Amino acid sequence: MFGFRLFALDHAGGWLGGALLWHFAAMWLLMVNGLVYLTLGFATGRFRKKLLPITPAGVISDTKAAMTGKLSHADLSKYNYVQKLLYCRIIVVGILIVLSGLAIWKPVQLQYLTALFGGYDVARYVHFFCMAAIVAFLVVHVALAVLVPRSLRAMIIGR
Amino acid sequence: MGRLRSLLIPGVDKQLLVRDATKVMPDLARRRFITGGGQPRRADAADRLRCIDSFSAEEMLKQISKFNDGVQAAIFNPNALAPTFRKARLQNRSRSTPITRSTTLPRSTARKWKFEVRGLVDNKRSWTLEELYKLPQVKQVTRHICVEGWSAIGSWTGAPLRDFLKTGSAPTRGEVLLVPVRRFRRLQLAARHGHALHPQTQMTFKFGDEILPRAYGYPMKIRVPTKLGFKNPKYVVSMEVTNDYQGRLLGRPGYNSFSGS
Repeated sequence: MFGFRLFALDHAGGWLGGALLWHFAAMWLLMVNGLVYLTLGFATGRFRKKLLPITPAGVISDTKAAMTGKLSHADLSKYNYVQKLLYCRIIVVGILIVLSGLAIWKPVQLQYLTALFGGYDVARYVHFFCMAAIVAFLVVHVALAVLVPRSLRAMIIGR
Repeated sequence: MGRLRSLLIPGVDKQLLVRDATKVMPDLARRRFITGGGQPRRADAADRLRCIDSFSAEEMLKQISKFNDGVQAAIFNPNALAPTFRKARLQNRSRSTPITRSTTLPRSTARKWKFEVRGLVDNKRSWTLEELYKLPQVKQVTRHICVEGWSAIGSWTGAPLRDFLKTGSAPTRGEVLLVPVRRFRRLQLAARHGHALHPQTQMTFKFGDEILPRAYGYPMKIRVPTKLGFKNPKYVVSMEVTNDYQGRLLGRPGYNSFSGS
């Protein structure tokens, strides 16, 4: 799309056909997982409890604290404001990447969805930038988890 | 040393024993064959096309691709029309035209070209290009989407395949399940029921109001706007109407067989 190659990732499957097979297999994993995650998150009120409220002042002060190394990690079961903001955004990105993917996969059957994105070309860009956003999120996410190893435990057992 | 000495068997030569033991060891080539998934490695075209190294993962991907075919066929509505546009954005063969491979038709073949209709039709015959040009034609401005990701809006003019099959030209017997078409020196491609008889599926003679350029499939291509580009065969020389769908005409190996939008 933009004429560059991303490490070895574009060689998954060995050639275009193989890469597409992987892509259209992995999409089910993302869709099924995503549906379960969203349903549980909304139904149990976990999203509301964990991710809200987000205040701009809170985000700014937590960003400052993080940059100066003063961010508290005393209670890892409670997200700070930057975490809340980014987690909310990545959920939106996850929903968008699935919808834009459907829009470019079925531009005839789901043409209203494609039109909602502003057409096939725009939907393709949305799909690409959502992918880039997920990769960027992943890098930050993993790097910060490595900096605070206790968080790995909290991710699994909740405290 | 005492323990080692007890391992020695009196009257047996150590070196002879080692030599005999080596003979009983499994053959290295055989071991490689087993760890390689039981398949002898061949460095041929099929090997290069292989999606991945592990046999079981490849099998899994094939199964999921088949499942995806089923899902796509289930949501395919044969009456849903591909969006049409007022103006083509791709007018002629410019340098920016994203053609990755273009097969040219030798000049002598173009003059002698005949379109043969076979199979479950009452009117089995060959058509010359002039005869085909006289068929009622319609123009469509639709988006052509390639499996490689790019797409382009072009204008195609030709005879709807549905009309060609239904009218007196070539009435069908029985149910048309499949219309295989043969590309010039290329693989056979299958267009299943809904796609072959889709209102927009067209025997295309013109691109951008001009006679189809060779790179676009002159003398005739089958334009299927509900399928990806590689399922829009160029240089078509014959067509067979049949009920016998055995999944053997699946387009390009390795790509999803439905590959439609």
